[in-house]
Amino acid sequence: MKERQSSEEDPGETLKRTLRAQRQRQKKRLLGHSSAQESHVEEISTIQHHSEDEGSAEKAGDSGALSRPPTGSQRSLSGRQHSASSQHLDSFVTRRLEETLRAARSKGESLQQQEASLEPASRLQSLRDRDAVTRFDKIDPDRAGRHDDPLALKTRVTFREAARRTEKGLPTAEEAYNFFTLNFELEPQDGTEKERKKRKKQKKTTEKDSDEEGGVEEQEAAEVDEDNPDENVDQSEAAPLVRDEEEDLFVIEQSSRDFLEVKKAEYVGYRKRIQQESELLFTPSFRTVPTTIKLPEHMKPRYLEDEGLYVGERPKISLTNENILENRILKIEEGKKWFGDDGRIMALPDPIKESSTRPPLFHMEEDLDPALHTVYRKAVKSKYANLYIAGATDPEGDYQLDVDVSGLIFSHHPLFSREHVLGARLAQLYDQYLTRQHNNLTGHLTDKLKGLRRALRNIHEIHGGESLNQAMQRRISEYSLEVRNTRQLRDSEQEKDRTLLKHIVKLWKELKALRDFQKFTNTPYKLSLRRENVDRTLDEQEYEDEILAELMELEAEIEADYQKKFAEYKKQLQDWKLCVRKQKTKKKKRKKKKKGKAQDETEEEDEYQDVSESEGPVEEGPPKPEPPEKPDFESIEQQVREKASRIRRKPGESILIPELSASGNLTASELCPRSETARREDVTRRSLFVKILYNDKEVSRTDSRSLNTDFRVHFGQIFNLRIVNCPQSINLQVFEEIGSSCYLLAQVFVPVPEPSVVADRVSLEEFEFSSNQRVMFDHEGVGSDVPLSFEADGSNKQTLLTSGKLSCRVYWGSGEDGVALAPPVSQQRGGLHSGLSRLDAVTFIGASGLYDMKKIGEWATRSRLDPNDPKNASIMQLLKVATSGEVTAPEYFRLEQLQEEFNFVTDEELERSKRFRLLTLRNQEVAEFRNYKCVPSLEREVTDKVFQEYEKRLKEGEVVDTKEHLDSHRALVAKYLQKIRESVINRFLLAKHHYILSDLVVEEEIPSIGILGLNLFKLAEPKRPLKPQRKARKKVTAQNLSDGDIKLLINIIRAYDIPIRRPQSNKPGQSSQCAIQGSDWLLSQVQVRPFVEVSFQRMVLQTTTADGPNPCWNEELQLPFSAPNGDYSAAVLQSVKDEVFINIFDEVVYETGVKDQDRAKSIHTRVEKHWLGSVKIPFSTIYSQSRIDGTFKVHTPAVLLGYSKERSYGTNGAYDTMRNLSEGAFITLFITIEPQLVPGESVREKIKELKFDSQEDERLLQASERFEREAAEGYPDRPCITTIIDLNGKTIFVTRYIRPLNPPKELLDASLDDPQETTALVARFVSLIPSLPDRVSFSGNCDLWSTCDQFLTLLAGDEEEHAVLLCNYFLFMGKKAWLIIGTAIPEGPTAYVLTFEQSRYLIWNPSSAQYYGQYDTFCPLQTIGCLVNADNVWFNIQEYTSPMTVSFDTTKANLWKPFFSRSFSHPGLSSVQPEQLVYRGTDKAAAAELQDRIEKILKEKIMEWRPRHPTRWNRYCTTTLKQFLPKLEVSGGQDMAEGHRHELQSLLGDNNISGFPLHMPFSEIRPIIEAVYSTGVHNVQASNVEFALAVYVHPYPNNVLSVWVYLASLVRT
Amino acid sequence: MATSNPSVFLLSVNGQIEGANFPEYDNLYCKYSFVYGHDWAPTSGLEEGITQITCKGSESSHKLIWNFPLETTFKSTNPSGWPQLVVSVYGPDVFGNDVVRGYGATHIPFTPGQHTRTIPMFVPEPTWRLQKFTSWLLGRRPEYTDPKVVAQGEGREVTRVCSQGFVTVSFHIITKDMKKLGYDTGPASLVNTQSATSGWSTEEQPYTME
Repeated sequence: MKERQSSEEDPGETLKRTLRAQRQRQKKRLLGHSSAQESHVEEISTIQHHSEDEGSAEKAGDSGALSRPPTGSQRSLSGRQHSASSQHLDSFVTRRLEETLRAARSKGESLQQQEASLEPASRLQSLRDRDAVTRFDKIDPDRAGRHDDPLALKTRVTFREAARRTEKGLPTAEEAYNFFTLNFELEPQDGTEKERKKRKKQKKTTEKDSDEEGGVEEQEAAEVDEDNPDENVDQSEAAPLVRDEEEDLFVIEQSSRDFLEVKKAEYVGYRKRIQQESELLFTPSFRTVPTTIKLPEHMKPRYLEDEGLYVGERPKISLTNENILENRILKIEEGKKWFGDDGRIMALPDPIKESSTRPPLFHMEEDLDPALHTVYRKAVKSKYANLYIAGATDPEGDYQLDVDVSGLIFSHHPLFSREHVLGARLAQLYDQYLTRQHNNLTGHLTDKLKGLRRALRNIHEIHGGESLNQAMQRRISEYSLEVRNTRQLRDSEQEKDRTLLKHIVKLWKELKALRDFQKFTNTPYKLSLRRENVDRTLDEQEYEDEILAELMELEAEIEADYQKKFAEYKKQLQDWKLCVRKQKTKKKKRKKKKKGKAQDETEEEDEYQDVSESEGPVEEGPPKPEPPEKPDFESIEQQVREKASRIRRKPGESILIPELSASGNLTASELCPRSETARREDVTRRSLFVKILYNDKEVSRTDSRSLNTDFRVHFGQIFNLRIVNCPQSINLQVFEEIGSSCYLLAQVFVPVPEPSVVADRVSLEEFEFSSNQRVMFDHEGVGSDVPLSFEADGSNKQTLLTSGKLSCRVYWGSGEDGVALAPPVSQQRGGLHSGLSRLDAVTFIGASGLYDMKKIGEWATRSRLDPNDPKNASIMQLLKVATSGEVTAPEYFRLEQLQEEFNFVTDEELERSKRFRLLTLRNQEVAEFRNYKCVPSLEREVTDKVFQEYEKRLKEGEVVDTKEHLDSHRALVAKYLQKIRESVINRFLLAKHHYILSDLVVEEEIPSIGILGLNLFKLAEPKRPLKPQRKARKKVTAQNLSDGDIKLLINIIRAYDIPIRRPQSNKPGQSSQCAIQGSDWLLSQVQVRPFVEVSFQRMVLQTTTADGPNPCWNEELQLPFSAPNGDYSAAVLQSVKDEVFINIFDEVVYETGVKDQDRAKSIHTRVEKHWLGSVKIPFSTIYSQSRIDGTFKVHTPAVLLGYSKERSYGTNGAYDTMRNLSEGAFITLFITIEPQLVPGESVREKIKELKFDSQEDERLLQASERFEREAAEGYPDRPCITTIIDLNGKTIFVTRYIRPLNPPKELLDASLDDPQETTALVARFVSLIPSLPDRVSFSGNCDLWSTCDQFLTLLAGDEEEHAVLLCNYFLFMGKKAWLIIGTAIPEGPTAYVLTFEQSRYLIWNPSSAQYYGQYDTFCPLQTIGCLVNADNVWFNIQEYTSPMTVSFDTTKANLWKPFFSRSFSHPGLSSVQPEQLVYRGTDKAAAAELQDRIEKILKEKIMEWRPRHPTRWNRYCTTTLKQFLPKLEVSGGQDMAEGHRHELQSLLGDNNISGFPLHMPFSEIRPIIEAVYSTGVHNVQASNVEFALAVYVHPYPNNVLSVWVYLASLVRT
Repeated sequence: MATSNPSVFLLSVNGQIEGANFPEYDNLYCKYSFVYGHDWAPTSGLEEGITQITCKGSESSHKLIWNFPLETTFKSTNPSGWPQLVVSVYGPDVFGNDVVRGYGATHIPFTPGQHTRTIPMFVPEPTWRLQKFTSWLLGRRPEYTDPKVVAQGEGREVTRVCSQGFVTVSFHIITKDMKKLGYDTGPASLVNTQSATSGWSTEEQPYTME
């Protein structure tokens, strides 16, 4: 295009002559263009497009001769003009042009000079050259100069590459010749068809290449442009100069975004890889290295050998290896030092001698010196590994452990008969008796007592009642104390003796009775009592003496006690008397005074006070002490006698000595009843054996011996164990054998004997064992672990367990010389660990054994504690008690008795320390500290500041902060929401730390048969690489992500019906600016040039600019996402409140002026973007849906100055006509998150497990669970809700939420005559309540429903609440209304409202107040899952789910499955909704105040966003706008643009005004600011811009506020 | 420049991933990364790395040798969250698919000096047998969502694993200022000698330059 213009401008050439050549050139240039220079124009920022367009427009004005093709069609047009010139011509010229360009740039010569120097060439050449020159002439200052933005370098490089690609077919000589000799007069059509095709094809490909590349660059360029548009516009430097600078510029331009880049895995070509590897790897060559390299420079190799010096023979090495080695060494720095003077590697002479120096051995084996004979030894197994006995020097020495299992006696066995039980008990008691007898404790104590008494008597006698000195007195008292204690001990022992004897006799009697009763004898026990007669008188004497002595002692004791008490009493009495006396004297005094008559009033009073004072203590004085009771000596004697008769043998009574013998005869089996014979047979069948386990390995077992009738088994076997391993445990297991089966009865652990223990030093020990096995028999055997009673009435049951005693002994075998064959290790162990184990009881017996006195005793004896060491005092005392026979367990019980030892710090310290507090809070995952990094290591480094925020939050609980919310009511609500949220969060805290497998492990799902089949089918499908399809991606759990990992992918595909620019001719005020005139022409051509800008988290990206009201972009934008605090857990991601704003702008280019310097024309343009509409999608929606795909209605402002909607203007919301609801603009989008995140699904599952409590009937709950489950099984994609969770966390049936409720009266009254209007108004009212998705407010993916009154109080809720409220309003208004539970875009699972009126079904979107007919194509509702009204729930069981294909006739059972049917009728559920809604009136004053505040804040914000430019406010315009807003509210935002605009225009005259009103429900200020920011009005850079901002807040009842913001920018022209 | 009152201590880890013993597999490579708590920050060195692919030597031990150096220095204020080295080994299966051969983790040794650790490696098991077969066939074995999972205990109870082999890692540990902050990690005997002989130990003593 340019070229053509330039050629036209050249007056020196005749048109005729150049035309053809020019055509060719043109075509060739077009080819080249696609590859080389021309693409500069295409590639660069959008500004240049326009400048170019305008440039051409201007030209058109100048010449007017050429028809101007639209920019879009230029290429095809010129394509048609192709002449026949061949392809090589093209490439050749391209190359030439390349060369010239390069030359021109690098040399930097003046272009004129070049032209002159080229002039003498041939005509053709000159033409071409000059042509090139003109091209540069045009390009360089004008175009190239403009391309000086940093991106140009990159693009240029790319295009040079592209050019090189086309160059590949270099012209051969013949071709070149052809070129020079070709007849240029040839008509293009003459060219062969073939050639042309080929060319076209090539062209296409190149075009495509460049387009693709260009596209990418364009985008980047656009970004850069935004950054520094000023630079772009004014740049006019020469290309070569800038080229060098560009790089620097580029570096500067790099932002953090450039550094943080996530790319796909790059494919590295083989060649490149080789190259890369060659940097790392080194392969030494085989070639011989020339000597010159190996030697220092200018050195001749010097051969020592030649000089006559001795040089040893070098070791043999193959030449290749030597070469490799040399090459390798040379690679290293200073490698040369390894080379000798002769240029070879330095080497020592070969060390290998030619012949062996060792004397050869020629002898035969027989001749060998016997000393040199090889001695073969048998391989010996090493037995001194870890476990083995270490330190044994003698390998032959082995050790022998002897285990002598003598036998066992059962004290209870399941086969015991009742008689046996008694007999065993008798034997036991008798044993006890014998041991007591043997110990003779009573006699011992009696003797001691006698001795003590005698000593006491002696003292008394010696001193004879004389005054005793202190020491004596103490001794006496000590003695008497001792006497007392000993007496008490003796008494108890005597009592025990006696009771034991009584028990034995009693038991014997019982046994005899039993034998009589059962008429047979089972046990051989026989008790005989031997009487030993005593001398009666002597005995009586002794008895009396004893009693007397005791009496005396007691009396003495009591007397002493009495004396002591009496003394005390006396003392007390003294005190008391003293007190009393004092009192008396005082009383007397008082009396006296009274008598003496007080004269003075004051005195009297004083006195009175005095008296009252003195009276106090008197009353409180000690009571009269009671004298101690006189001891009653008679009763004492009585007591003593009673006790004596109880515990002692009566005087003169013969001493009874029981003797138990086992000599009785047993009744023969034949004489016994059958059950007894069965038992006896059973006994004979049993046999027992003992296994010996050494270190847990069975080493031996005894012979099996049958059980005798007396339940004693004698083994009498001694096992000699030769041991290799250290003894660790010796275990005897008792097995019982019945027939072939045997089972373990009990285990007996035997301690490992001391090394010194040999056979003659140890006697048989009895080890008790018992087993808790339960055995029952149907014969006489009593069984084990079975309650058993000997009483006739079955009371006094006992439970007996199998138990017994095993007698055995373990000792070390003795060797030949009588030395114990014990391993030294046991001795060593004692020595090695004694330090620890002997001193520390805990390590010796373990903490649990602390109460085991026996073990302590054992330890004490082993460690040979020093009893005199005060450290051991307590333990010695314990041991004394333990050994004295009476084990007293401690009277308390402690868990973790050592806990305190392990406490880190005390609790108080933990409390006090700031650092510990910080750590604790972080551990508790308190929000402020959840990801706190690097807790300081020192206490003093923790500042109080850290806690400030946290404490503030804690404190703030009740304080309402109106600053942030602008509205006190909303502030309260926010607080309330916060509280609910906290409680919900607490509930989820448990669930959050509950992992399921998919959280941790990624696992491919098993393909089912169906899927497998489908996949096989897919294999056969034709591959369509040009039609890529979206595939499901791998999901990533959010737990391990970090900043920069997550990207938001937004694919903007196309848009429909974008408002177009209003033709300027309609403009009333003839403003006549040339700039507008420029665009005026454009407008007739291009209706609108929209582009899309996506902003998210203040990150803005935009697409290229497209043309027309139905543009197609098909571009993918990537926006990085960063989570708050870098916490990427699912809970946090769910509560991200950020929204994605997708704004459509129109790009308008104004020309601000033309500079004409030195023939170089520069056109300055100003690009403005005009906001047309927006779509906003909350991040939470994208996150929970994981992808959003569909066509969305663009929210366009009610009034767009300067634009008109292409289609129908009149949209009076009449729904009697089936409107084509494609009114308004639409945009097709695909949004997803890369990588795909798993939405908090798992949390939801877990909540289901949690089971909320409910007040519903259990039957109903079950039915609803079944209903939902069946629905999910049959139609998994259709949402079905029967029960929901209310704000209290209770499950409630959904129909309880539906109930007719009154809308605000004001709304009903507003238009009484027009019910449709009222309906619309009500819907509008509902939509004005702000939306707040539950998952945002409650962090978990938990759907909580609030009732309508709660909803109106909270003034926030999600779609369900809106839908319920709207449905209830409609019901009140007498409409047929249902709640639709379904899915919609972009909300996902949601709730809509269905109404039936005028024989049509209407679907209402409750949060936007939009309604759609059933057959509306743009209805956002996609799936209908179920319908709900107050009576029932219907689930959709039709074939399709889309509203268009669904029949809403719920009476048909084959289409809608009802919840309540005949079989399960409606139980009459009452509603949870209130009877009536009460509304608070509108508060106009508050609204006005809010309005002012919003306006102030927005103005401040806009100024803040324009830090470099002054922001002027046009007050006049503002006031005008302010007047419009209430009108807009009244009209419900419907189009009333025309008059409005006219009015504005007339008011503001020659201002170029653009603006629009925004409308939104009010929740808080932040969304308003975001919305204003996203429109980008503040970005207008023009110096003379003025702004106008008007805010209007319209109050509805119950504090529902509708906010209008009118924004306009005015540019004075 | 070291102050006498430090507020952080330093842990310098040098060493190498020496090799592995996977009797059944060959051509393996290893990825490593450090996992550490909130109070830790790496000051120098690489936190993550990937070794070359190595194949078994012909000598009898059949060990895989990587000899991949580790060099990282951490600073920290709190020994809680002491760094752990997480290694995961990958290699081709019969069909040439790159599959995971083992995960393992070990704490960086506490005491200064030289240490060698042999880390037992394991992989998660497929949930049921058919899955085992398909995963073998398709070369898509179950993997941890993040190899760092093996350094944490939470949630591990839901997985089942199968042991695979061993990776040997050697460490050379130097600590600085730990004693000054009151953390004594040295062996008991060392402490005594240290106090006696005015601090010649593996624990670096900072120079005081005023």
